[in-house]
Amino acid sequence: MYSEKVMDHFMNPRNVGELENANAIGQVGNPTCGDIMKIYLDIKDDVIEDVKFKTFGCGAAIATSSMATEMIKGKTVEEALQLTNKAVMNALDGLPPIKVHCSVLAEQAVKAALSDYYTRQGIDPLPIVGEIKEDVH
Amino acid sequence: MEKIIYADNAATTPVHPLVLQEMLPFFTESYGNASTVYSVGRNNKAAVEKAREQVAKAIGAQTNEIYFTAGGSESDNWAVKGIAKRMAEKGKKHLITTVIEHHAILHTMHALEKDGFEVTYLPVDEYGLVTPNQVEQAIRPDTALVSIMYANNEIGTIEPISEIGEICKKYEVIFHTDAVQAVGSVEIDVVSQNIDLLSMSGHKFGAPKGIGALYIKRGVNPINLIDGGAQEKNRRAGTENVPGIVGIGKAIELATADISNKANKLEKMRDIIIEKVLTLPKSRLNGHPEKRLPGNANFCFEGVEGEGILLKLDYMGICAASGSACTSASLDASHVLLAIGVPIEIAHGSLRISLSENNTEEEAHYIGEKIFEVVTQLRNMSPLWEEIKDI
Repeated sequence: MYSEKVMDHFMNPRNVGELENANAIGQVGNPTCGDIMKIYLDIKDDVIEDVKFKTFGCGAAIATSSMATEMIKGKTVEEALQLTNKAVMNALDGLPPIKVHCSVLAEQAVKAALSDYYTRQGIDPLPIVGEIKEDVH
Repeated sequence: MEKIIYADNAATTPVHPLVLQEMLPFFTESYGNASTVYSVGRNNKAAVEKAREQVAKAIGAQTNEIYFTAGGSESDNWAVKGIAKRMAEKGKKHLITTVIEHHAILHTMHALEKDGFEVTYLPVDEYGLVTPNQVEQAIRPDTALVSIMYANNEIGTIEPISEIGEICKKYEVIFHTDAVQAVGSVEIDVVSQNIDLLSMSGHKFGAPKGIGALYIKRGVNPINLIDGGAQEKNRRAGTENVPGIVGIGKAIELATADISNKANKLEKMRDIIIEKVLTLPKSRLNGHPEKRLPGNANFCFEGVEGEGILLKLDYMGICAASGSACTSASLDASHVLLAIGVPIEIAHGSLRISLSENNTEEEAHYIGEKIFEVVTQLRNMSPLWEEIKDI
């Protein structure tokens, strides 16, 4: 059902945990639909120096979170804003159709964290990041 | 442990080697149509009748009350649609069932509702039990059929079938039970339990997939589901699946040979797993603590999702099942867990272990330890667990 890459990121997820010195935190999803992703960012001079995540959800939810964090680590905020669910899916060699929403949630989790980054600086994130979809089922 | 530990016997079972051995000649040697007189088919009629006798004996029925089908779903469809349509001729168009039935019953009921039948879905208590009193209260003058499962496929709860049978007899309502999970695990006697129709599925007890049976009490007359040739005394058309029929006969004989010993063995292994797993905080056993199938253990773990548990267990060689929405093609949470009052967010973290005689106590210990390990690992990376663990 899952590609080898999905299984690898599920069994050995990268960047799991929390960041004490995070200056941006985003959380999307809810327990009723079975997925919650929380992403912690440490951003210095507009560059994502470190990233950690915690996810409640299925194998695909954990694998997409893991891959998304890998894809934005070391990138500028502007580059991270360009991350799409399709890019996450492609990097994982695809997902079963009923699990595509997990990749959307991963993209939204990154965007939620970036929104928080702008908000903390007193900047309205909406025109830059767009609206966050909290529930993508 | 390198080998595979199969703990999903409620889903399906491997074909028993002795069953396969009995079946093999009927594929390439004695392959003739059971209705023929020539050499390669001559003995097949007798083989089919022997199997019918084996099935009948296992549930206390008469040989001529057993009809072979393609499996549990067909048996359920035939019993429910067949009786509903027969009784509708007498103006009886009300059916009674429970909310925790297998989809083979529930979706059949939904189909009948579209055809103008009225269905009462009895709720169950926190253990998944329906009471005989609930059934009695629901029966009306126009009730055509009561269909209540013998044992639930997810949580393993065994329903009070004898008592329900007695009520149905008292009110002269036909009583069907889907016994797909019960055959080979609990003692069944259709006569003393007042059962009019009973569904069986071969692959749940060591026969291959694609063969089942329906017990129809003499004098009970469901309308045919499969029309065609004169097989099964004109009641179920289609060339007999001789190897399958031989297989279900042998398999049911083996599965019911020594039920109480087998149940003791399964219960011991099951309880080893339950004891270990329930040492996890915020975990619960679903289903009735005692009135449950001997090999079934069903758990919910707060703060984790079931598919992750299954994938990690699979990596450790353990095959299990989950009622998690994420493992179902429809993404719906288990209707059974919701019916017993498990909140939807907790229903996502469910796990079903179903054992057979092929499992060992050593495996039970291993399964219990690995479940503990895997749930702990997943909780450590769950933001939800972080929020609820200290509540």
